[in-house]
Amino acid sequence: MKLGFLVDLNLCMGCKGCEVACKVENEVPLGSWRLRVKYIDIGTFPEASRSFTPLRCNHCESAPCERICPVSALHYLENGIVNVDSSRCIGCAGCMMACPYGAIYMDPETNTADKCTYCAHRVESGMMPACVVICPVQANIFGDIDDDESHISRYIMEHQGAVQVRKPEKNTIPKHFYVGGGNQTLNPLAQQRIEGYSLFNNVTHLKHIGNPHESVIDRFLEPFETEEKLDNRSFVDFDNKAYEGGH
Amino acid sequence: MVEHGIHATQAVVTLDVPLPGIIWGWMITLNMWAKSIGTGVIIVGAFLLYRHKKEEMPNLRWQMPLISFIFLNIFLLFTLTDLHHPYRMVNIFLHPHWTSAITVGAWMASLFTALVTVMLVIGYFDAHPYTGKNWKLAKVARENSSFYEKIFPFVVFLAFPVTLYTAIIMAEAAARELWQTPAEVMQMIWAALLAGSAGLIMISGSWSKESRKDLALVLAIATLFSFLMYMGEYFFSFKSAEAEATLAYVHSGGEYNAEFWFAMVLGFIIPFFLAVRNMKEDNRTLLRFAAILALIGLYLAKDVWLKIPQMLNLS
Ligand code: SF4
Ligand code: SF4
Repeated sequence: MKLGFLVDLNLCMGCKGCEVACKVENEVPLGSWRLRVKYIDIGTFPEASRSFTPLRCNHCESAPCERICPVSALHYLENGIVNVDSSRCIGCAGCMMACPYGAIYMDPETNTADKCTYCAHRVESGMMPACVVICPVQANIFGDIDDDESHISRYIMEHQGAVQVRKPEKNTIPKHFYVGGGNQTLNPLAQQRIEGYSLFNNVTHLKHIGNPHESVIDRFLEPFETEEKLDNRSFVDFDNKAYEGGH
Repeated sequence: MVEHGIHATQAVVTLDVPLPGIIWGWMITLNMWAKSIGTGVIIVGAFLLYRHKKEEMPNLRWQMPLISFIFLNIFLLFTLTDLHHPYRMVNIFLHPHWTSAITVGAWMASLFTALVTVMLVIGYFDAHPYTGKNWKLAKVARENSSFYEKIFPFVVFLAFPVTLYTAIIMAEAAARELWQTPAEVMQMIWAALLAGSAGLIMISGSWSKESRKDLALVLAIATLFSFLMYMGEYFFSFKSAEAEATLAYVHSGGEYNAEFWFAMVLGFIIPFFLAVRNMKEDNRTLLRFAAILALIGLYLAKDVWLKIPQMLNLS
């Protein structure tokens, strides 16, 4: 069994339902994303169009992130999923340097690497990933690409010639496919980023959540620190002034 | 190429998450720089011992492992500190993943540091016969003095993979097209020779002129070839679209451009000429000055090379 993913970009309408479903299902912290939908405007008026590209881990068959991880925190499951064991991760960020798709982030709460796991926990109990279930136009197709009769395999065969992966030249053998994509949507070097494309440029975290830019000393003291007890009062007493200008 | 360019595609990202920014920062630069010194002094020290009599370099036997020990510990400290979970470093030894150059490197560097420590202890107590007369450690060290010479060839042999494994980590970092294996391996070798000769120049005040001349020669060769390698990569980056886009952060001016050229001129070109001059007429102060400049230059060059690929958007 080899699980794969396909997104039909002709169907995606950029509602970001998958992004939200992923956030909720996996409790992805503020400022981090396992899955995101990128908006790209193409052409010039009046020949302009907007395209939407969901981006997540490709679960590469030859995954550089798995290869570089010194402790096998990133590892393959039998079904081909590249999974993360955050209790083993040492936080070296080697995987973030290795993944050619920028699919890995450092979780500011656990200070460990994390990424899309194709919802391995749901798949294990026979469910579809949260992003697949939520998609109102069924643009996300998930299944066994080893099985010729699966929906995804048939979809790939029906769209032969139009099925693409990101950065095939990297030889990572991605197991995440796109239909209806092109250079403009799948190649980051062909896109221009102009000021203001992101709403989340400067996300600050509440003290108890941790901070990716925490001090060096904190990293050594962390195991000895006791968690601050939180109740509703904590939020009422929250000092907004200290965080002003953060967003 | 024009059909792939932004002017042709007219593709503008209008909504996305922010770029992650620099993840491996100055601590990793410092880590690589310190490792180059820690391994380089052993490699260059071995070269000097091959070329000259021990008596020409009286303090080399204990000061070479001392410099190596200090900088290897700086390297290990910052390796640990850069981890988001420093205490979990132990997982590298408990759950090693051997396809990772980080794992192989951590094991080799630990062994290397242990052996250098042994050399330092023996070398120090041999050089200071009146220190710690009643200490058990000093006694054991002096009794096993010949062990130093026995392990030295192995330490020299190990110094090469220890200095080079970071190049393999960079090669495994498949996302960063600028870091290519053969080029990075060569860069690391030149960095070790540069840092090793510069480190030993600092303690070479009482050495024979000939041995200092050899140090100046190694420094001159290392600075020249480091410079040429960087120039090659700087001007021939067009071989890959990603490397070209990465180097645009240097080509197009700005802080990395200034840092890069500062490193090239102050760190490589000036020390090269100072070292060449020193091979003709021995001037200790000038040679030390060249060594300090070269070490600063090496840090800056490594810093630019580490950071610019991380500014590129990957998806
Ligand atoms: S997309 Fe990145 S994180 Fe996912 S398997 Fe491939 S290399 Fe690893
Ligand atoms: S950050 Fe964690 S998951 Fe990533 S390579 Fe390092 S140990 Fe492995």
